[in-house]
Amino acid sequence: MTLRTRNKLIAPKLTREMVEQLSAAKNEPSWLLNARLTAWELYDTLNMPSLQSEAWRRTDYTTIRWEQAGRVVYGTSAGIEAIPAENLAPLIGDAQGGLIAAVDGKIVHSELSDALKAQGVIFCDFETAVCQHEELLRKHLMTTAVHPNEDKFAAMHAAFWTHGVFLYVPRGTVIELPLHSVFYNTTSGLSLGHVLVVLEEGAQVTYLHEYLSAEAPEHMAYIGMTELILGERANLRFVSLQDWARNANDIRHERARVAAGAQLDWIIGTMGGRFVKQFAEIELDGEGAFGRMSGLFFADGHQFFDHDTQQNHNAPHTTSDLLFKGALKDQARTVWQGMIKVLPHAQKTDGFQANRNLVLSPEARADSIPGLEIEANDVRCTHAATVGKLEDEPIFYLMSRGMTRQDAERLIVAGFFDPIMQRIPFEEVRARLTAHIEEKLERVAQPV
Amino acid sequence: MTAVLEIRNLHVSIDGKPILKGVNLTIRQGEIHALMGRNGSGKSTLAYALMGHPAYTVDEGQIIFDGQDVLEMEPDQRSRAGLFLAFQYPVAVPGVTLANFLRAAINARRKEANPEDKGISIQDFRRLLLGKMQMLKIDPSFAGRYLNDGFSGGEKKRAEILQLATLEPKIAILDETDSGLDIDALRVVAEGVNKLIGPNLGVLVITHYEQFLNYIKPQFVHVMYDGRIVEEGGFELAEKIQQEGYDWVAEKYAAA
Repeated sequence: MTLRTRNKLIAPKLTREMVEQLSAAKNEPSWLLNARLTAWELYDTLNMPSLQSEAWRRTDYTTIRWEQAGRVVYGTSAGIEAIPAENLAPLIGDAQGGLIAAVDGKIVHSELSDALKAQGVIFCDFETAVCQHEELLRKHLMTTAVHPNEDKFAAMHAAFWTHGVFLYVPRGTVIELPLHSVFYNTTSGLSLGHVLVVLEEGAQVTYLHEYLSAEAPEHMAYIGMTELILGERANLRFVSLQDWARNANDIRHERARVAAGAQLDWIIGTMGGRFVKQFAEIELDGEGAFGRMSGLFFADGHQFFDHDTQQNHNAPHTTSDLLFKGALKDQARTVWQGMIKVLPHAQKTDGFQANRNLVLSPEARADSIPGLEIEANDVRCTHAATVGKLEDEPIFYLMSRGMTRQDAERLIVAGFFDPIMQRIPFEEVRARLTAHIEEKLERVAQPV
Repeated sequence: MTAVLEIRNLHVSIDGKPILKGVNLTIRQGEIHALMGRNGSGKSTLAYALMGHPAYTVDEGQIIFDGQDVLEMEPDQRSRAGLFLAFQYPVAVPGVTLANFLRAAINARRKEANPEDKGISIQDFRRLLLGKMQMLKIDPSFAGRYLNDGFSGGEKKRAEILQLATLEPKIAILDETDSGLDIDALRVVAEGVNKLIGPNLGVLVITHYEQFLNYIKPQFVHVMYDGRIVEEGGFELAEKIQQEGYDWVAEKYAAA
């Protein structure tokens, strides 16, 4: 490697002292400080990912200005009032069972209904979890789903995580009201949030998480993790909506572990940010496990989105079903790369993946890279990837019925997204995404 | 007031190749015209040019509708002014249901009439659409299907007639609405068209078969040859073509 390449792949300067300061500020017990320091050693040792590696060769993170985004932010004077009311209100249904909000890396609000508390449900921030549910947190945090050694960003997160939400649903507990959390940022700097969901055997819950920020003049970086751990026959519906401001960079490791007979319905909406690299993976670990992932994105201006998905069939009779649909306009760029892996003993599995892109301007570009690695011989795996543009004939057809060109295009785009909307079982989530799409279609590109 | 569509000396080309070479035709609201002719004589070109398809270049001539210069209008403006084209090959729009599409088309008209209009209510729209579907003997479940996506030939043509019925234009051009239909489907579509015909609708039926015309009974028949209308008459002209075919037309005008 030449010196020049090494210099380009520069990492934010984060020291061991910073780890100790953060841990002290949080009053953490020694096991947690030690875990952070171990991760820091890893961070210090690991190289930044090579831009020749498969995960990063289309996705140039060196555009992130670490001199702006590399300073860990753990709380500012901003509180819950900084978050728009509509993002605190229940989105799914009229009421929610709990709400947790973080602003600038610090938890500013945490509530859970008494009824759920009485059922033994835990829905709290990590600081509270460290004090009150130490054993449970320690058992699951970065031990089962995502590990600190995945890459340098994961190690950075493990050493410096600022805020986290811990959701734990005991065995057989079915939660009717959805839970809701929001991570919000008002400043530039480094924000490292974590979502950890543990469902014991037979537990059921719907959980909505939102990422948002206010426009700030300098770069922000969110280096995050999401861990979804489903016990046998558990059922999780997880909706994750991202609408960062245009100064935000988002690098996220997300992984679900799905035990025998469990069902995961994972919905991902990506709308905001300047640079997004999201690893989202489903591990189907037990017989009969089912994992569905539905992604919807719309990139405009100079936005760059990379969704990097995996569906790993690690047991027989497992089913995965992935659909990502995205639109692009202006000079936006998107990448979707997906892999279905089937282990040798994972017979009778059914894997499906599809990515469809609609490119609305000649300067926008979508890359779509499906992949299959199948080691079992009795499986059914299919994939599809398309990149299309707005065709003239449907526009003329709709205009010949009286619609303006703009309305015709809007209807065709809505039609393009309809199959992914059909997979989202929450009307309000569909309405939110539809509003984003309309807004994006009308948005005039701003200079960088 | 009766709306009039007047085509004067229309010359149209595609990619520089002249197709229409001076078409003159006048259609009034309430009249039924048939435009016949062999494949390639320019019938469909006339239909697309009337609706403003961007691939068709008007080199010469005029189209006046209701006193307005149609050639200055975009396709959507032509539609809102009261022109309608039933496509020979209706275009699939995946993900958009027939109902949503028709609602958007109706709302585009309402917005033209009143920019403050908030659109037709769901109840009013449902009532309107169900009424039209009932009249055309179309199953209500049809409204929930994606527009022309996976429709059979007959379904596509029925969907075109449903759009005609719902949008209530002043002049409709039916471009080979009879093609690709079996005899039963043809009868269903023709019965549908007949129900819509009346003093408020002028129709130009484009066909090269006479079968459809037996149902629709046009008052005026025009025969196109090499980009011009060469023969005009009443229904008897269609009958003549039914008996003798087009050879005599070719022989008579080949020199010209």
